[in-house]
Amino acid sequence: MSEHDHDHHDHDHSELSETELRVRALESILTEKGYVDPAALDAIIQAYETRIGPHNGAQVVAKAWTDAAFRQALLDDASAAVSTLGHVSRVGDHLVAVENTPQRHNMVVCTLCSCYPWEMLGLPPVWYKAAPYRSRAVKDPRGVLADFGVSLPKETEIRVWDSTAETRFLVLPMRPEGTEGWSEQQLAELVTRDSMIGTGFPKTPGAPS
Amino acid sequence: MNGVHDMGGMDGFGKVEPEPNEPMFHTEWEARVLAMVRAMGAAGAFNIDTSRFYREMLPPHVYLASSYYKKWFLGLEDMLVDKGFIAAEEVAAGHAVQPPKPLKHGKFALVDVERVMVRGKFGRPAPAAPKFKAGDRVRAKNIHPATHTRLPRYVRGHVGVVERDHGCHVFPDTAAMEAGENPQWLYTVVFEGAELWGPDADPTVKISIDAFEPYLEAV
Repeated sequence: MSEHDHDHHDHDHSELSETELRVRALESILTEKGYVDPAALDAIIQAYETRIGPHNGAQVVAKAWTDAAFRQALLDDASAAVSTLGHVSRVGDHLVAVENTPQRHNMVVCTLCSCYPWEMLGLPPVWYKAAPYRSRAVKDPRGVLADFGVSLPKETEIRVWDSTAETRFLVLPMRPEGTEGWSEQQLAELVTRDSMIGTGFPKTPGAPS
Repeated sequence: MNGVHDMGGMDGFGKVEPEPNEPMFHTEWEARVLAMVRAMGAAGAFNIDTSRFYREMLPPHVYLASSYYKKWFLGLEDMLVDKGFIAAEEVAAGHAVQPPKPLKHGKFALVDVERVMVRGKFGRPAPAAPKFKAGDRVRAKNIHPATHTRLPRYVRGHVGVVERDHGCHVFPDTAAMEAGENPQWLYTVVFEGAELWGPDADPTVKISIDAFEPYLEAV
């Protein structure tokens, strides 16, 4: 490792500590001024950690795969359709489900910031919020998919949805072959987060997870 | 504003690098920052558009070199100082020094947590009939506001087709400046790859944005 690399690591370390101190200081100020109850901040974090995540989206996708009426309702008005599922966390307005077909693959990005259907998928991963994905997804989606090890037939249409408003997009991936007769719960286990962003496919039955 | 946050179509940022088994937060302070932003927003200190604008206003070198939650923290601190909820001297001291400024919705307490676990509602009654309908050809205006906008640079001046009408929504360009919700019709507009990226573009690629009516003109 060069001296420069050492410097870089030291810098990262001290910056992290400085940020941590600054964050604590800000929380002290907000608490002392009576703006926030720190216990309420704890509760927000706990709610994010325990209640949201891609399992919510996976249940929606699995239901759409097994229930044709629900699939149609989801494509017509995803917020309304998802709200009928009591076991899924509450969903905001303007959720839009977009369906992958053999002819068309959908992929979601937010080039301007980090808009993401977090009620369905949890908080976005770092790569979704970072410059490589945000810059290239709209110009070179096949190249981005290659970074994920995903390749599509060259004639497949790729539709990239840039989330520039408060609409939120959920990709409805294609049901894997070889899953005839599977229950919703079995199917939900095949649905990956990335398959609902459009940067991956659902798992294949029998493949190691 | 034409900032570095408007990244669509830029080159040189390298490969996308997914992190296997990525944790929800990489450090404890990231979670505290997320919670503070959500809490202060719900208490009425700022709206979501203003908070985005403050991240965009970070100096370009700071924006590009900072992690996601570091940007959130820096934007939050700047915004709370500018809006008079905290003072620069308090940030320097690490403690409250001045009396608080009243919050629109009062102190954020445990009973308010459920409110932040569902996204806000941005649909509004329509003040006028829509100018466009599905199937209309429209041009994204060649405009360059120096303040917050949700019209990305890579579509400006280009022609697309209206695909969906999402109804009327809060207009971020004015909401960010605390100049009113000013509801506007919102449409999904689809562009051919070649329209945006030239004749060498992948012919199978189409890109859509969700565009507020003031961003669009009839072709």
